[in-house]
Amino acid sequence: MKYTLSVLVEDEAGVLTRIAGLFARRGFNIESLAVGPAEQKGISRITMVVPGDDRTVEQLTKQLYKLVNILKVDNITEIPCVERELILVKINASTSSRPEILSILQVFRAKVVDLSENLLVLELTGDPGKVAAIQQLLQKFGIIEIARTGKIALTRTSKVNTEFLKSISMEI
Amino acid sequence: MNYKKNSLIKTGAFALIDMLVKHKVKNIFGYPGGAILPIYDELYHWEKKKLIKHYLVRHEQSAAHAADAYARATNEVGVCLATSGPGATNLVTGIATAQMDSVPIIAITGQVSRAFIGTDAFQEVDIFGITLPIVKHSFVVRDPRDISTIVSEAFYISKHGRPGAVLIDVPKDVGLEEFNYHDYDSIRDHKPITKYRPIYGPSIRQIEKFKKMLLESKQPILYVGGGAVMSRAQHEIEELASFIKIPVTTTLMGKGSFNEYNPLYLGMLGMHGTAYANFAVSECDLLIALGARFDDRVTGKLDEFACNAQVIHVDIDPAEIGKNRIPQLAIISDIKIVLKELLSSMKEGTNNMDKNQTQAWLHRIHKWKKEYPLSIPHDSKLLYPQEVINEISQIAQKAFFATDVGQHQMWAAQFLKVEQGKWLSSSGLGTMGYGLPAAIGAKIANPNDLIICITGDASFQMNLQELGTIAQYELDIKIFIINNQWQGMVRQWQQAFYDQRYAHSNMAKGQPDFVQLANSYGIRGIRVTTSKDLKSKIERIISTPGPLLIDCIVATSENCYPMIAPGKSNSQMLGLTKQLKTITN
Repeated sequence: MKYTLSVLVEDEAGVLTRIAGLFARRGFNIESLAVGPAEQKGISRITMVVPGDDRTVEQLTKQLYKLVNILKVDNITEIPCVERELILVKINASTSSRPEILSILQVFRAKVVDLSENLLVLELTGDPGKVAAIQQLLQKFGIIEIARTGKIALTRTSKVNTEFLKSISMEI
Repeated sequence: MNYKKNSLIKTGAFALIDMLVKHKVKNIFGYPGGAILPIYDELYHWEKKKLIKHYLVRHEQSAAHAADAYARATNEVGVCLATSGPGATNLVTGIATAQMDSVPIIAITGQVSRAFIGTDAFQEVDIFGITLPIVKHSFVVRDPRDISTIVSEAFYISKHGRPGAVLIDVPKDVGLEEFNYHDYDSIRDHKPITKYRPIYGPSIRQIEKFKKMLLESKQPILYVGGGAVMSRAQHEIEELASFIKIPVTTTLMGKGSFNEYNPLYLGMLGMHGTAYANFAVSECDLLIALGARFDDRVTGKLDEFACNAQVIHVDIDPAEIGKNRIPQLAIISDIKIVLKELLSSMKEGTNNMDKNQTQAWLHRIHKWKKEYPLSIPHDSKLLYPQEVINEISQIAQKAFFATDVGQHQMWAAQFLKVEQGKWLSSSGLGTMGYGLPAAIGAKIANPNDLIICITGDASFQMNLQELGTIAQYELDIKIFIINNQWQGMVRQWQQAFYDQRYAHSNMAKGQPDFVQLANSYGIRGIRVTTSKDLKSKIERIISTPGPLLIDCIVATSENCYPMIAPGKSNSQMLGLTKQLKTITN
């Protein structure tokens, strides 16, 4: 199973090295990692996705807390969240395939940010499911390069679980 | 550095030493060198005013070990100092030793000037990066104005929560830079600026559950580790143990946290623990782990460790809970606090308490004690290591003991009876060469106490240069070398598990004459070769003032038993039959 951890850290030299070192040293894996300044000055939020089971994630959380610069570790896997990722994709887009590509982009509300004779670069934000879906659809045109930010997430204070609602509406 | 009187303009080096003194540091250990010269120059003035004392060791590793032992012996933070590059890397083993055993030390290293950092300058090494995995926390001082904050934080972090090693890397020019120190010298009522706040303390519900589990148990055992020594909880542990008669076993780190003469004491458990401690742990129905971490050397095969027991785990470090064994009750706390609350709660409600609930259990344990005692071999023509150590223990009951690592360490753990905080041994990392510098640290912390270093011939040679330090400061330390001309524990493993292929474990060839070696440092040395008059010899040694090295030529191929082969269960001990034979003889 994959877990999402939202971690607040003091923005100090070496804090990422400490976290990376901890993962390596204790044999934890990391699937995605996104870092950026949080709401307060001097504090950064790291959103990480880690594979494992309950016990490894519990142990990882405790080990993270042992790092002095780590202020808070939230396991938000089971909590309703807004989850977003930004992806940039460079794909083959000849004049013949371009219309089809553009119609896909329209459905996904993705933007074209660079266009040349045979290539285009598109930008898309969305939850990991949406990102995976567009990637799959674009595969056949020939993806040249991909850059992803990694998932970032904030909990929903509305407590509305959109994933859950989606699954209900599908049943209906 | 000369200062105009009353001037508020000070250097970074001044700020550093001033902060150490403000944190009540009296003794530090170190070795000078290029990048740390500004700090040593400052130290010169402070030492003249007798505000702080620095001890020059002969190798930086010893500075870290001495600071480590100083911390263990005083329960305060130990401080060591080294220069950049090789000076700093020489500290690494000592820092790792302290960190593994959760000992609060602060290592201050010199660094090349800020402008040179990252240029592969002379004696530059990224000690911050090198030590990342072996410190609790670390700092690079980039501005002398940060020194007061950083030093305060370092002391707070190293001592609070689970203690550990903290590194402060000080570039040379930071030590030289002048600034208005007055604005920055406040120690801020010891309130550190760091957001690090370990949270702990038992809840009432936890105490109630602890009590309930304890009262329901017929075969409880206290399994006490280094956390109890750190917490200085001996009194509380003894009160709890005697309250409803719970047998007590300690780990190598926990040694000294229980009165070793108490009949409830079972000695050390684990790989070279007593048979009765290991049997008792295997058979108990309630295992109460106090500041112990279920280390592989203690548990043997983890699945079979106390496999029929409920577990209560008290530790200050949440990450230890469930790391190796999932407990039925976990309490994140200082041990002393938990036991105090538990005891007061138990004293209140004594109605339904059967104080004899463990009687049958104690009877069984007593039988094991009789059947499988630790054996001390004897032969009038030879000298056995167990004899020497046992004899020392009987004569020097109040002493501090520093050990090295290997067979002699395990024998020392088995036969020495030590008091709380007087057992100095590298347990987690198992650092050969720890003993001699540790004895130095302990002596400086407790100048009026008897300090005994029990070392092996191989371990001793790893830091023997510290005889120079002992000679320079005339430190009254008794050094017993248990000399079997082998790396004894390596030889024992090669004998037991590698078909007697003794690869590079024999130390006979190239061994110095230790007595002459001591003499060349101006230290008296004597040699003991048989057990004849052993008691009176040791008595004389202990009562002789001044440093003394005793080269004990012991039986070369004596093995340390009992022994649990790695990965085997605690009930499968090697060397037990041998003990039975000794008894029937």
